Amino acid sequence: MTSETVTTQAAPLRFYDVEEHEHPEGGSTMLGFWIYLMSDCLIFAILFACFAVLGGNYAAGPSPRDLFDLPQVALSTAMLLFSSITFGFAMLSMQAGRRGATQGWLVVTALFGLAFLGMELREFAHLISIGATPQRSAFLSAFFTLVGTHGLHVTFGLVWIATMIAQVGRHGLIPANQRRLMCLSLFWHFLDIIWIGVFTFVYLMGMLR
Amino acid sequence: MSGDAHHAADGAAHGTLRGYLTGFGLSVVLTAIPFWLVMARPLAASHTAILIVGFAVLQILVHVVYFLHMNRRSEGGWTMIALIFTLIVVAIAMSGSTWVMYHLNTNMMPPHEMRSVP
Amino acid sequence: MAAPSELSPIFGRLTLDALPLHEPILVVTFLVVAALGTLLLGAITWFRLWGYLWKEWFTSVDHKKIGVMYMVLGIIMLLRGFSDAIMMRLQQAIAFNGSEGYLPPHHYDQVFSAHGVIMIFFVAMPLVTGIMNFVVPLQIGARDVSFPFLNNFSFWMTTGGAILVMTSLFVGEFAKTGWLAYPPLSGTTYSPDVGVDYYIWGLQVAGIGTTLSGINLICTIIKLRAPGMSLMKMPIFTWTALCTNVLIVATFPVLTAVLALLALDRYVGMNFFTTELGGNPMMYVNLIWIWGHPEVYILILPLFGVYSEVTSTFSGKRLFGYTSMVYATVVITILSYLVWLHHFFTMGSGASVNSFFAITTMVISIPTGAKLFNWLFTMYRGRIRFELPMMWTIAFMLTFVVGGMTGVLLAVPPADFVLHNSLFLVAHFHNVIIGGVLFGLFAAINYWFPKAFGFKLDRFWGLVSFWCWVVGFWLAFMPLYILGLMGVTRRMRVFDDPSLQIFFVIAGFGVAVIFVGIMALLIQIGVSIRNRARLRDATGDPWNGRTLEWSTTSPPPEYNFAFTPIIHDLDAWYDMKRRGQEQPMSGFRPIPMPRNTGAGVFLAAFATVCGFALIWQIWWLVAASFIAALVTAIGHTFDYDRSHRIPAETVAATEALRTRALAAAE
Repeated sequence: MTSETVTTQAAPLRFYDVEEHEHPEGGSTMLGFWIYLMSDCLIFAILFACFAVLGGNYAAGPSPRDLFDLPQVALSTAMLLFSSITFGFAMLSMQAGRRGATQGWLVVTALFGLAFLGMELREFAHLISIGATPQRSAFLSAFFTLVGTHGLHVTFGLVWIATMIAQVGRHGLIPANQRRLMCLSLFWHFLDIIWIGVFTFVYLMGMLR
Repeated sequence: MSGDAHHAADGAAHGTLRGYLTGFGLSVVLTAIPFWLVMARPLAASHTAILIVGFAVLQILVHVVYFLHMNRRSEGGWTMIALIFTLIVVAIAMSGSTWVMYHLNTNMMPPHEMRSVP
Repeated sequence: MAAPSELSPIFGRLTLDALPLHEPILVVTFLVVAALGTLLLGAITWFRLWGYLWKEWFTSVDHKKIGVMYMVLGIIMLLRGFSDAIMMRLQQAIAFNGSEGYLPPHHYDQVFSAHGVIMIFFVAMPLVTGIMNFVVPLQIGARDVSFPFLNNFSFWMTTGGAILVMTSLFVGEFAKTGWLAYPPLSGTTYSPDVGVDYYIWGLQVAGIGTTLSGINLICTIIKLRAPGMSLMKMPIFTWTALCTNVLIVATFPVLTAVLALLALDRYVGMNFFTTELGGNPMMYVNLIWIWGHPEVYILILPLFGVYSEVTSTFSGKRLFGYTSMVYATVVITILSYLVWLHHFFTMGSGASVNSFFAITTMVISIPTGAKLFNWLFTMYRGRIRFELPMMWTIAFMLTFVVGGMTGVLLAVPPADFVLHNSLFLVAHFHNVIIGGVLFGLFAAINYWFPKAFGFKLDRFWGLVSFWCWVVGFWLAFMPLYILGLMGVTRRMRVFDDPSLQIFFVIAGFGVAVIFVGIMALLIQIGVSIRNRARLRDATGDPWNGRTLEWSTTSPPPEYNFAFTPIIHDLDAWYDMKRRGQEQPMSGFRPIPMPRNTGAGVFLAAFATVCGFALIWQIWWLVAASFIAALVTAIGHTFDYDRSHRIPAETVAATEALRTRALAAAE
């Protein structure tokens, strides 16, 4: 409301901005990306709701206690947490304008992300090999879909990280790239938050059922 | 709060090394405790459940503050409004679905594992 | 047709059997469509319009052109959806006394499913989105939306979804499940064919577009308002558009998720909504209505905004109760998330659940009622001009009240147990969607057409269309209310009781009258184009408007406003006129504008191909088109130079033309 407060009775009202400054590009990007994340959040909310409603329907098949290996889950959680802090370091390097360091930390983040993904795929392969397939029961359908959707997001995050490493390499830390890195940072940390929900509600609560 | 009041990426509150490390430390603690609670089982299941949900909420808050750098000012408060609105919708969708489906199951379907049939 | 048991590695499930050569109705339809299509494409080629269309329209990132393209898409799909309606009415009017009618069951079931899907997703949604796209940036004094490229991409995704649904007409078949495809009917056991897959992927492709367009418009409204335009100085249409887009962003992901789960059930054999191994079909019903109820408010809210603008403009008065109107809109936005269960009271979740949702449903009618009173008070002692938009608005008020009241009636669970799935329900939702959404769209088209094209729409044919629609609507749907009260259920193909036939015949006549109304609308557009010189509006403000879009030329220049306006009052343009403010004639500056790009077209094309391949399970094509889309998307992000500058001289020349036209008009 800046322009409104300067108008007083005495000064003539201006109705056209004749000295308009050019708006910097991308002023809406962060807000837009945030709103996208909120919509993504709703997709996960529906998957969580499905798990909450159907997660107890084992159809005389295996239950979480038969399937989940908590030390493994703790390890993959650690991978994701490490990737979060290394992404934080990438952002700090970006703020300091250190291009190589930014790329380096992005590589480290991607490696942790890959490790997380690898562990998830191994878990899935193991479950399928012992007959706990997504088709076996509504519980397993909900489990594979929820965890798999998170994994899919991590995969896209990895593709995006690779793209950003290339783009930072090509153009440096120009404002456009900084903006993109900040969006990617939101995305990556958002996935981490979803994972908190997953390990709590799916794995830990599952073991309590 | 008109359009021209915003310049550049004012909404992006920057993190600091200290902030990231604090967030990381808190997250490690808040992850470790619930895992320990479930793996070692020092408490009854119902208490454990309430506690780990509490820890999850705390850790989500930690992430939002230290990693996403959320505050009431970023983007003129719109990110906060969007987040609160989303949380309301998420709460409605999840609690509503479980409530509705629980009632349906009690009223319409035989209990799944036949446990409450006398 | 039976699904081939084995997949061909090259064509998947697609075989020559998928072409409906044994269906005379479809063959004739195909021939007509093919003939008209060839004619159209031939004409475009003959007049050498491909380059023009590609450069100026298809790849355009200009919100005004994208808005117009949305409208064209919506009107084309209206013709398709309406021909389904005619077929249904005809079938039901003759299928008595042992007659089977002319539509076999599998065809009839596709017709009513396609009618619902098309009318909601590919008629109402594109038309509403188109209006918002065109009007919102102009109303808030912006030069474009926040993400112009995304806007173009969103449009083509919506079109891609529409293309998939239209393809089902001639290649394979459409869903036979009703417009929401409830399982277990939509599961593989009962719907093994491609129909439901067309439904799923058509809506998924279009849904991505809709969600992105919602994000885009929210950002536009929050970020790009002209200086001085605080939230409570926003035009009411912009307010309703904001709330609608909030609803879009906060519900379409739910639809996406639910349809994805249904797809997993169908493609992978999971057990979310099956009747075995712990699946629960009612969960689907529950989830899809969490999207579905807000969806109806997505459709109606912007039209509430249109009615507000129209009433205020043509009564020559400031809108009565602007603040209460805003609050009513926001309250509806929130409440629309709390009523979804009223669509399935009968599923049996018990008294406490049903009463909660019955009460919230009744509560939501209060803010809606408040709006109606605001419009009436705006008209009260106003100098009302009965131009076409105002006539549609008055017809809306009279019609919508009936629809609203039958809605409150349906909100009473015991009454709903009787009326559920009856023709009473069908009459109710057509009453609010035609009487609310469609009438509003016609008001909006008549109101903003001169802004988009620089000339008014012909009044005579507009009146013909108006009266045919209003009379036809009452003729077509009042009989359905009566039939519903007598207990006739929806989606029936044949009837045993001959005493019902007269009602269906009357309804059939009603549809015929509406048909004349639609034709009159097309004639109205055609006649107006022919007489455009006489209908020309040089002022840019043909209705003595009140909001900013009327302050610029008709049609507006690419950059909308040579100088960004500064807002001091709610009705900003009215305020400027009252104070004799005119735009400066010199001192123009270069204006940076986004550059057109074809990336959105290609991306959406790959997504559509991917959807088609998924439907027919042509896996190599799924992979290829997905990778192509991913590569195109990433490739596009390597393009950093996305804007160009309009030089100050060009702006000055454009504005000089406008000054001359204004002087000539006076």
